[in-house]
Amino acid sequence: MERILFYLLALNMISFAIAAVSTRKMLRSVIYLLFVLVGVAGIFFLIDYNFLAAIQLTVYAGGIIVLIIFSVLLVHHIELKLEMAKPKRQIATVIACLLGIGLFLTTIYSYHFNVVENNLTTTTSDIGSKLLSYGEGGFILPFEVISVLLLAAMIGAIIIAKGKKLNPKTHT
Amino acid sequence: MIEGISIYDVLTLTTILFFIGVYGFLTRKNLISILISVEMILNASVVNFVIINKYLYPDILQGVIFSIFIIAVAAAETALAVAIIINLYRQISSVEVKDTEVMKY
Repeated sequence: MERILFYLLALNMISFAIAAVSTRKMLRSVIYLLFVLVGVAGIFFLIDYNFLAAIQLTVYAGGIIVLIIFSVLLVHHIELKLEMAKPKRQIATVIACLLGIGLFLTTIYSYHFNVVENNLTTTTSDIGSKLLSYGEGGFILPFEVISVLLLAAMIGAIIIAKGKKLNPKTHT
Repeated sequence: MIEGISIYDVLTLTTILFFIGVYGFLTRKNLISILISVEMILNASVVNFVIINKYLYPDILQGVIFSIFIIAVAAAETALAVAIIINLYRQISSVEVKDTEVMKY
């Protein structure tokens, strides 16, 4: 059952990813990306990381996709067709990417992973206490750094998107 | 772990996703499309972190926590990139890569 589910998810993700990078309509490309991200959340559900799947759905599908859709609608006409690269360049890129996939897969398949058979479930409280512990192997410092980074990104985004002052004479 | 699915299958899936993202990054001519491709690459790497954590070291949580950090950084990056794109569109009325020649006005 889980096997069939995984293969369905994988097929969906790959086909929608190819659609997202090759369609010529901007808004459709964003929606295809949404399907890929939901597929990733499905894989997180399959391996029992429910908290991570919830984060993936809320931050990516809820936040980032909406942000990108807003920017598309602000800067594009809906019916605008994207211009594609030249066919020669596309074929060269496809060949380079296939070479890269071959290299990665030969490396992965020639390495022997020590897989541990397990059925552990990770609760949200485990992740929370690990994230906030300042003992051995705790993550309190990166957590604080990430919060400062988010604050800085928020202020920076506001300042950049605000642009120039409408009336430059009033600098008292 | 997923029953009947080895770690090789999942790593194959994430490799293919990663290179589809690279293909989009190299062929697209539009800033927002490039942003979409970057999101795909980041997501493939997040899945890799989580899968390796679950299959090889199930009793520690490093991979999960790092993927949470990656998602936070990706959110911050997207917000900044969208702000820059909108500001650029206001100044040069285009978001194509070939029109973006000047960094500072």
